[in-house]
Amino acid sequence: MAQFIQLVIDGIAIGSIYGALALALVLIFRSTGIVNFAQGEMAMFSTFGAWALVQAGLPLGVALVGALAASFIGGMVIERVIIRPVEGQDPLTILIVTLGLFILVNSLAGWIWGFNNRGFPRALPDGSAHVAGVNLSYESLGIVAVLLVVVGLLYLLFQKTKLGLAMRAAAANPESAPLVGISVGRTLMIGWGLAALLGALAGVLVAPQLFLDVNFMGGVLVYSFAAATLGGFDSPKGAVIGGWIIGVAETLAGEYIDFIGSDLTILVPLVIIFVVLLVRPNGLFGSPEVVRA
Amino acid sequence: MSGLLTSPWARRVGLAALLAVAIALPFFFGPYRVSQLTLVLIYAIAVLGLNLLVGYSGQISLGHGAFFCIGAYTGAILLDRTAIPHLLTVPAAGLVCFAAGLALGLPALRLRGLYLALVTLALAIATPVLIKRFDGLTGGSQGLTVDQPAPPSWSGLADDQNLYFIALIAAVPMFWFATGVVRRGSGRALIAMRDNETASRTMGVNLATFKTRAFGLSAAYAGIAGALFTFANGFVAPESFTLTVSFAFLAAIVIGGLATVAGAVFGAFFIVFVPVWTSDIDEALSGVIYGATLIACMYVFRGGVMGVLRSAWAWSTKGRNEDEVAEVAVAGDGRRAGAGAGGVRS
Repeated sequence: MAQFIQLVIDGIAIGSIYGALALALVLIFRSTGIVNFAQGEMAMFSTFGAWALVQAGLPLGVALVGALAASFIGGMVIERVIIRPVEGQDPLTILIVTLGLFILVNSLAGWIWGFNNRGFPRALPDGSAHVAGVNLSYESLGIVAVLLVVVGLLYLLFQKTKLGLAMRAAAANPESAPLVGISVGRTLMIGWGLAALLGALAGVLVAPQLFLDVNFMGGVLVYSFAAATLGGFDSPKGAVIGGWIIGVAETLAGEYIDFIGSDLTILVPLVIIFVVLLVRPNGLFGSPEVVRA
Repeated sequence: MSGLLTSPWARRVGLAALLAVAIALPFFFGPYRVSQLTLVLIYAIAVLGLNLLVGYSGQISLGHGAFFCIGAYTGAILLDRTAIPHLLTVPAAGLVCFAAGLALGLPALRLRGLYLALVTLALAIATPVLIKRFDGLTGGSQGLTVDQPAPPSWSGLADDQNLYFIALIAAVPMFWFATGVVRRGSGRALIAMRDNETASRTMGVNLATFKTRAFGLSAAYAGIAGALFTFANGFVAPESFTLTVSFAFLAAIVIGGLATVAGAVFGAFFIVFVPVWTSDIDEALSGVIYGATLIACMYVFRGGVMGVLRSAWAWSTKGRNEDEVAEVAVAGDGRRAGAGAGGVRS
């Protein structure tokens, strides 16, 4: 039983990271209807940025804040320069552009930093607390806490500030929002900036466990796709809860299903994506897509 | 001039000349270059299959690397376990992938756009992982080594030339068949379905049948290409079938031109030779070029290489024959709608 609880807690910790990246996907999907296939690679690039700042001799805290701020600006620039020209076009065009961005960012990182993997310093303290035979590492607790704080801040931003209201209005009705003086373009840029920031946060939290290389976020992106699909692509609540479910399902399946073991856990999110899309395409908390025939 | 090009006889003469060039090519290059050209032909088959699905029927697949992989392993396992002649593995792989494509096409009926992209992406990631898992049959991460077909003794061909001709003999009927599919009613039904599902249904297109068939056919093309890949390489391993392959195929259809048949050849040239030419400078450069080209295509060259060629042709014949220009313009609109798969919703 202690082992089971341990696995669930580990699953929630790793699931929080999937949830953070899934939140980034949801943030962009809600405002633009785009599933950003490049989200993971953008996060990888941000993480490399943080690593490079640490290598340059900056303290870890300063490097992280710098990388997150740069990611926010980078996300805004990507929206304005690369995404804006194709915004509102058909899914295939947008998909190809985000895939192009995926390949471009991945290769640029390889060009700049090479293809070797590297260790990444832990931002969260080592050590762990033992409660009733369960090992609660401070890192796991810290990751969950960071996610909860982020969710709280996002809630405050969207519900309690004028900017958040403008962003919701622009997402809900991009045609009418400009009539009340909202710049839809500006809110979209901020949305992409926030998403890039969230992705960067997921990247720096998961990098110490996975090692840093140009492909390290690829797997995380798949888990986050599964989390967002399960939770519903337009539901922030769904992204977080979906992330936890995916994380727990991953650790449990890896331990208790012999066929999956430790090297086939990637099948868990893939099967979940497949089943959810076929059985309940809007996910647990998503709203159904309504199309006028 | 333009009348000449559109007359069926001129087309036939042009195609015969093209075929003659294709037959002559391996006698003018060294073995290394010939093996690259063989790879172009093999990729062109897979790219053409993907274009039938994405360009013509408007269903997005990020998973064609998986069908390519299944085809390659079908061929490799048959050659490994049985005494089957090499050439028979090609139709066998085509049949297996046709069935696999139909099987995926059924759930795909319920999904469109980005969701279909997600599911096919999942397939592309899962396939090499599963191949590694069933290592009794597939050799796991070690892969399988297979014999390459020997050239018939009467021909006097070198190994690389023989492989080139096998790929060419496979590619020609595949292109011929695809041309037939897209020109006849079935192709028009696919395009109608892509541009407006409701309208096409009113016109009597059975969506379920056409969508699943398009998936099956497209997968069969990828599978046949996979089987050819196996004995062109003499070796298969899961590492050859990462997500990069699926991405490269998608890049190739965009660069060659969505909803074109001949574009597959240009696309295949791009994905074979760009990595070769850029690897001297930097390992990562080909990815930078892929990514930038994909984005640029969506901004500027919506029709890819074929679109540019058609525009150039329309421009050069401008004013001489207004009807011809109008016809080319219509073809141009078709391409735009190809890029705009599923775009008509209201």
